[in-house]
Amino acid sequence: MRWIERSESIEMSEKSEIDSRELKEHTVCGAHAVCGRRSGIRNRGSLSGSTLSHFTHFTFFTLFTLFTSHSVLAQAPPASAPATKFVVVLDAAHGGDDLGARLGDQSEKDYTLAFSVKMRSLLMARGISVVTTRESGADVDANRRAEIANRANAAACIDLHAAFVSSKSGPAVHLFISSLPATADARFVPWKTAQSAWIERSTELAGALNAALTHAGITVTLGRTALPAIDSMACPAVAIEIAPQRQTVAQDAAGAGDTGFEAQVAEALAAALVEWRADGGQSGGQSGDGRP
Amino acid sequence: MIPRHQTVLFVILLLASVIMGAVLWNQLRRAHERLLRGQDPAPTQAPLVAPAEQATLMVANDGDNSINSRILTLPLPENPEARARAVLGKLLDLYATPDATHPVPGGASSIAQVFLVPITEGSEKASPTSPQLAVVNLTSAFVAGHPSGLQAETLTVLSICATLNANMPSVTQVRFLVDGQSRATLAGHADLTRTYPAAGTAPQP
Repeated sequence: MRWIERSESIEMSEKSEIDSRELKEHTVCGAHAVCGRRSGIRNRGSLSGSTLSHFTHFTFFTLFTLFTSHSVLAQAPPASAPATKFVVVLDAAHGGDDLGARLGDQSEKDYTLAFSVKMRSLLMARGISVVTTRESGADVDANRRAEIANRANAAACIDLHAAFVSSKSGPAVHLFISSLPATADARFVPWKTAQSAWIERSTELAGALNAALTHAGITVTLGRTALPAIDSMACPAVAIEIAPQRQTVAQDAAGAGDTGFEAQVAEALAAALVEWRADGGQSGGQSGDGRP
Repeated sequence: MIPRHQTVLFVILLLASVIMGAVLWNQLRRAHERLLRGQDPAPTQAPLVAPAEQATLMVANDGDNSINSRILTLPLPENPEARARAVLGKLLDLYATPDATHPVPGGASSIAQVFLVPITEGSEKASPTSPQLAVVNLTSAFVAGHPSGLQAETLTVLSICATLNANMPSVTQVRFLVDGQSRATLAGHADLTRTYPAAGTAPQP
């Protein structure tokens, strides 16, 4: 369990020169940027760098973690938090040795990375801040992806996948939200099921994406799936599987990408996220940055 | 000069050999004719090992990301674990056909075993009506040949869970193994480390 792993790391850091402050922040605040704001207070308190200070912090941290129980890992945001910048997290799935599906001569990890770069350009051109979880072909752990998303305090988290559509149907986009059961918003939620507090918001985001894609004439299917990366995300999160046909990928690779299916999907998704921002990151009417 | 009795004996033996050869040739010819007429009395029909019963298969459809029920009549064994394996084998046989709505190679041999484990809490003893955890042991060949993709893998997992629950309502949870070992994902996407609820997860058309 993630909690246990972090505690062990901290015990080891007592003997090493690793700054325990960083580890504490990583553990307690790994789930949300709310903690990032608080970390400044702790940083000021430990500037002396003495052993006593380290020990005090470690003791404080241990007591804090015992207080918050063994299963409490991710902190949900307070509903009254002020609205911040509208941020979209783009998570290009796979990486490293994990190639994902094959799309002709291309692997899914390369396809999603290229699509992520394209999406980032489109969104930034529309004034939307973008955080990406992967900028190269290197592998990124599912927990690390969720950490990046949770620290970004994002209004929308998009997990990008791709696979060839079966030959009988045309190109399509498959939208998935987490299969975790929805739970009431809680101050602390377990890391592996952090998304359960955001299911309603994720459903609304999927609805907004579905509407934009359908409006663009793209076939869309909706479903729920078990994906560790989005299950740990504390933000409205949707996994998008772009499913082109074989000849479409070949055309895009040959330079027809500007008018191809992929570009059409990217434009529709960008339009949906602009709409999502205009609606205050929601369609149900709550806080301004997509929070439940 | 050859004695007369030896000549007679030689002729008798020669005649006997010719007669025996003729009889054997005749029998061989008759056996060949009988084979050609299809009059072989050897049993060719496989013995019936289980009575045919109705089974509900929850068949995935990639076109609309749905799972639809299909009722078939199958010979189903009495043993619950063998029964579960037979039903799932038929489901994967459907996926292996050329006109499958959810094409996945492998077929029935992809299910190595199905184990049914009663779910009990604390010191509670298992009863025949206790909810059960089904552990589906897939072969590595099936996993290696499974198409990689979020939708394809999710539909395979959910259709297996829904089919088990449709035929054995006592099965409420499903876990997956590959060649007896736990595995992170089916083909890069669907999480195989978790326990899936068997009921209420199938997407509707």
